[in-house]
Amino acid sequence: MRRLSLTRYHRAAPLVLLFVLLAGITTAASFVQAQPANAEAAATVTDISEGSKLFAANCATCHGLSAQGQDGVAPSLVGVGAAAVDFQVGTGRMPMQASGPQAPSKPVQFNDEQTQQLAAYVASLGAGPSVPDAAAVDPAKGDASHGMELFRTNCAMCHGSVGGGGALSQGKYAPSLMETTPTHIYEAMLVGPQSMPVFNNANITPEDKRDIISFLDEQRNGAAGGLSLGTIGPVAEGLWAWLLGMGLIVGFTVWIGVRSS
Amino acid sequence: MSTDNGSIASETHGSGVADGEFVDPGVPAAHRPRRADVDPKAARKAEVQVAAMFGVSILGTVLAIYGYVTSDASGDDLAAVQRTTMLMGIGICLAMLGVGVGAIHWAKTLMRDHDMVEERHALRSSDEARAGAIEKLKDGATDSGVGVGRRGLLKGSVLAALLIAPLSVLVPAVGNLGGDWNVSNFKHTMWRKGTRLTKDPDGTPIKASDVTIGSVFHVIPEGLNELEHGKIEEKAKAVVLLVRLDPRDLNIQPGREDWSFDGIIAYSKICTHVGCPVALYEQQTHHLLCPCHQSTFDVANGAKVIFGPAKRPLPQLPIMVDDEGYIVAKDDFNEPIGPSFWERLK
Repeated sequence: MRRLSLTRYHRAAPLVLLFVLLAGITTAASFVQAQPANAEAAATVTDISEGSKLFAANCATCHGLSAQGQDGVAPSLVGVGAAAVDFQVGTGRMPMQASGPQAPSKPVQFNDEQTQQLAAYVASLGAGPSVPDAAAVDPAKGDASHGMELFRTNCAMCHGSVGGGGALSQGKYAPSLMETTPTHIYEAMLVGPQSMPVFNNANITPEDKRDIISFLDEQRNGAAGGLSLGTIGPVAEGLWAWLLGMGLIVGFTVWIGVRSS
Repeated sequence: MSTDNGSIASETHGSGVADGEFVDPGVPAAHRPRRADVDPKAARKAEVQVAAMFGVSILGTVLAIYGYVTSDASGDDLAAVQRTTMLMGIGICLAMLGVGVGAIHWAKTLMRDHDMVEERHALRSSDEARAGAIEKLKDGATDSGVGVGRRGLLKGSVLAALLIAPLSVLVPAVGNLGGDWNVSNFKHTMWRKGTRLTKDPDGTPIKASDVTIGSVFHVIPEGLNELEHGKIEEKAKAVVLLVRLDPRDLNIQPGREDWSFDGIIAYSKICTHVGCPVALYEQQTHHLLCPCHQSTFDVANGAKVIFGPAKRPLPQLPIMVDDEGYIVAKDDFNEPIGPSFWERLK
């Protein structure tokens, strides 16, 4: 303690504190950004009865025993389709851990087979969008530049121009798409999970959806400009420029002005 | 903290300070030699340090050139571009910084640091010089005929020329503002009765049946893509956000009963605050958020402002469905879109 109290007036102390602060912010940001990647959905081999058991054990508390939903607690799942289940369960958003403004993506609770069974059960309750096949979401088959045009018009306002994510109102947010699997991106557009609006196949055709996936896939190759600081936007980058840049200028100014020993 | 950073206060004389009185701290009494002044070893060390900084600069230059020479000319490989950018950035930074830091360190440690006083000469010229200047001015005035009532034509014409010369710049500058003075441009958009709502950017018309509940369409008017002039300006005014809510959630505003169709409703996408595109639509809460200043509009309640600096709801585009099932405009907006301006309601 004594050592600390003696060294806190050291001329390097502000510099050290600045680095600690920036490093802390960057680490925190990378945790916020962290997103689990996960299960591929395969074709629909229905095991509705298994799915119904899983549903009763894991989902019925909120969504009701026959998935009819409860006002103010959970929506009805009749007609949401297998795609919605595959997205919500496959990204770990459901089962929801705690009530809050938004269900975050977290480590997945069910394996691929169970997710498929749940999806088959929910799909049996009413017609809805199904899980896309592998060819429909293959980034290599899409046109990334057309995808960019569509992404800019329909998605960039919330998810950011390269899919880094961004804030919405009252604690909600548009998540980063950097780690999301192509299937889950496709499903999210199709079903409009949580705050996200629906982009059905009449609005963004299946080919257009694949173009968007292709564009997002391109973004994962990294930025040509250097460190991206989490691509969470101008705040993080501005913070670095102001604190580090201005700090360096002040540091040099002080050094130039101090008499040599 | 080491003592080598001796504070300036301790070196000054005149320490007796009377209450409430500021005493001139003066300059240090005696020159305090630096370590490099008295110790040849320290001087040698400083010399090496300075040379090292210049060495760093040389290495930086080499690094930057290496980064450039080995760059991937095609630019196809993003990782290679990133590497080149980084090498050149670090190289140029070191090259410049090394020279600067070296030069300052040189000056601070090895060059003379004695205080020098250089007296400033008087600002006033000598009397002879002043008298001579006045003489010359008078001579010039007499020679040109100014000030003694002669050469009226010359005086008048030179004054006139000087006065109107700035107009050659001012008239075009002010004239170019003319377009923006015509505020009637802001009062009308491309929307007419029967104009189809089409998808941005490709311009495909939208069928009412395609707009499922929870959907949002980014809309431009039919024919916008075919415009030859002013496409961007027209687009900036006419863009619309089309959403479909569960009709039970939609609280239709009085007087607008037939402006929407079975939960399908269209609002101008231009914020009434300063004109950013409002497009962050939250499907569950029906809130529409503006990314610039967080103005939030409630789509279920006539796009009223529920948060943020915007003052007015977003203008609603009256829509209906034509015989073929496509969504068309019923009319233009009934008020100017976008932010306020003085003549808005005239």
